[in-house]
Amino acid sequence: MTDFGSALGAALSLVVRLDPDLAEIVLLSLQVSVGAVFLATLIGMPLGAAVALFRFPGRTAIVVMLNALMGLPPVVVGLIVYLILSRAGPLGVLGLLFTPAAMIIAQVVLVTPIIAALTRQVVEDLWTEYEEQLRSLGAGPGRALTALLWDGRFTLLTAVLAGFGRASAEVGAVMIVGGNIDHVTRVMTTAIALEVSKGDLALALGLGIILIVLSTGINGAAFVLKEAAQRRHAG
Amino acid sequence: MGKLAIRILSAALLAASFIPTASAAEKFIIVASTTSTKNSGLFDHILPLFEKKTGIQVRVVAVGTGQAIRMAQNGDADVLFVHHRPSEETFVAEGFGVKRFDVMVNDFVVVGPDDDPAHIAGMTDAAKALEKIALARAPFVSRGDDSGTHKKELALWRAAGVDVVQASGSWYRETGSGMGATLNTASAMQGYALADRGTWLSFRNRAGMRVLVEGDRRLFNPYGVILVNPERHPYVKADLGREFIAWLISPEGQAAIGTFRINGEVLFKPNAMAVTH
Amino acid sequence: MTAPSTLPVSTSILPLEFYRVSFEAGGKRLIKDLSCIFAAGPSTIILGPNGAGKSLLLRLCHGLLKPSAGQIIWHGAEGRDPSAHQAMVFQRPVMLRRSVAANVDYALALRGVPRRQRRDMVAESLTETGLSRLARHPARVLSFGEQQRLALARAWALMPQVLFLDEPTANLDPAATHTVERVITAIHAAGTQVIMTTHDLGQARRLADEILFLHRGRLLEKGPADAFFAGPRNDLARAFLRGELLWRRPRDDTSDQAEKTENG
Repeated sequence: MTDFGSALGAALSLVVRLDPDLAEIVLLSLQVSVGAVFLATLIGMPLGAAVALFRFPGRTAIVVMLNALMGLPPVVVGLIVYLILSRAGPLGVLGLLFTPAAMIIAQVVLVTPIIAALTRQVVEDLWTEYEEQLRSLGAGPGRALTALLWDGRFTLLTAVLAGFGRASAEVGAVMIVGGNIDHVTRVMTTAIALEVSKGDLALALGLGIILIVLSTGINGAAFVLKEAAQRRHAG
Repeated sequence: MGKLAIRILSAALLAASFIPTASAAEKFIIVASTTSTKNSGLFDHILPLFEKKTGIQVRVVAVGTGQAIRMAQNGDADVLFVHHRPSEETFVAEGFGVKRFDVMVNDFVVVGPDDDPAHIAGMTDAAKALEKIALARAPFVSRGDDSGTHKKELALWRAAGVDVVQASGSWYRETGSGMGATLNTASAMQGYALADRGTWLSFRNRAGMRVLVEGDRRLFNPYGVILVNPERHPYVKADLGREFIAWLISPEGQAAIGTFRINGEVLFKPNAMAVTH
Repeated sequence: MTAPSTLPVSTSILPLEFYRVSFEAGGKRLIKDLSCIFAAGPSTIILGPNGAGKSLLLRLCHGLLKPSAGQIIWHGAEGRDPSAHQAMVFQRPVMLRRSVAANVDYALALRGVPRRQRRDMVAESLTETGLSRLARHPARVLSFGEQQRLALARAWALMPQVLFLDEPTANLDPAATHTVERVITAIHAAGTQVIMTTHDLGQARRLADEILFLHRGRLLEKGPADAFFAGPRNDLARAFLRGELLWRRPRDDTSDQAEKTENG
């Protein structure tokens, strides 16, 4: 297979040339995935922490559901978001289909269960350790929740990273709701899918290599930060 | 659940408002089109000319003809630009589209492995060629995705008197994906496939495949453009859409299409004038 | 105590009365029909062998557990929330994943102490417990003894009327135990009612004004420490003081009969 050699060449030449199209695609990919993960964190973390802390009817069902939803197929999410945002759908008036906002919405739906489920696990473990102390100090549910999220911050970073990995790697959802429109909604994964369909496997693989390097870099940096901070605070 | 949805949505809107995309263009239309036009590079050739002239950005969502038509039926596109005349005429007749205009034609070709186990190279009767493939039980890779190309292929099989539903899964293999993915599969399986010439010419991963059958009148592949009916879908940008269609079938647009070449070969023959006059 | 008190100067929430309190968990009665009164003044130590229910009793006092039967009444509360005037130090100190100072600060913030006042109160409680030097260190890297002192500093800063301590020196070496006991004595001297469990008889002798002797969920003896150590009336307490293992079953009665069938 000469494809790997030419893929590396293609990747290198794209990077070395600082290809403006590539830069745009990478930037949009980051904006969409980071934006989606940010929103999913805002929603998923309090949700996961609340499920960890409170006992209410149907809680087990929610826990099971959150865990199951971690594996939502991106295509299905894309389709559902498409049907909702379609002009013929309930939120058609907003005209969000085929925009980065639609892609963010789809990824928020994909990533929120991951962050919520992992947060629940982390917070539940921490709550076992903290419960008596926090109740003794007179922390109400709200204060306890924020304290647990704050004290679990290093471990929770892993949840955020898992969400980011999911968001930046998926193609099914953003393809459907974004439409892979050049200069508008084309991100790394949809660009790769496009190059595959053009039969330009080397360029596709080249883009893939760049995506892998980027996400490895982000994960690596976050991991190093987390490890250092966690060591400082002894877990 | 409703509350959560609203929270997600409002938060997403908030985030979206921070995204400084390159597409801050106020004036844009969405064109639902096919992979054949997009992957061939035609749009990359003609759209900059149109955008420069009018300031209207054309956002192309390239899917199979079947999906493109459904997208337009939902009102998610302003203009439909596909290549399956019967479906297009139904689309207009049912009131989803305003009027169909001829834009251009290209043709389909039967491609296959160099060694051509079914011995169809050079034939000009596409149906007969398919029949020989069926008799040889040589692998044939079909789109299987309700696209214009897929519909054309099924019509040819009917003309050849071959029941491919029976053969599905044996020598007849449906990928259920786009033209490019299907060609990738055909190339990997050393199988035959029906492809539009545009995608074929711009396709890079040919790996021992070549055009074996061409020139049959039934392989003729006309493209039509239709404005989505604004009376049906009030969001349709009718004025911008009309402007785009008018440009496509104008001498200027037609010339732009006619000058698009790959390796010196003209991919799409403009034919709007023939009909409008 | 020289720190400016943010708690209203008021009468004590004590006395605390247990009226026929029982506590069950997992189908077992772990506290059995316990009645007694904790009055203001003496430093109270709850003694008893492992599994006697000492920690449960403390958690019932502090409100971390709710009794299955009977009543727990803070007679001096007079409409106030008694939990706002208590603090507790656990056998295993729970350290938040923050700095030493932030651990104390957080406790004060929860009680609604304004940020400006918190700084001085944090500094003072760390000085009193000898932790000033470590104020900026992450709490969880402290030694076990230091962590327990921080737990005491956190409780001290709250200036509670009642401080519960659950075997606070169970895992400490003699030097650390000595430091912790000194802090406890200082807290008591500053006017906080101390109610503490231990199974360390020496510690009980050093710190207690009043002893409660608990065995298998029952309160067997309650009285001044001097009298208890001079000669307990209860024979199990006497055996405990002699250092015997209290393995034999107590006299059968109806409630133990129930327990027996459950265990069998």
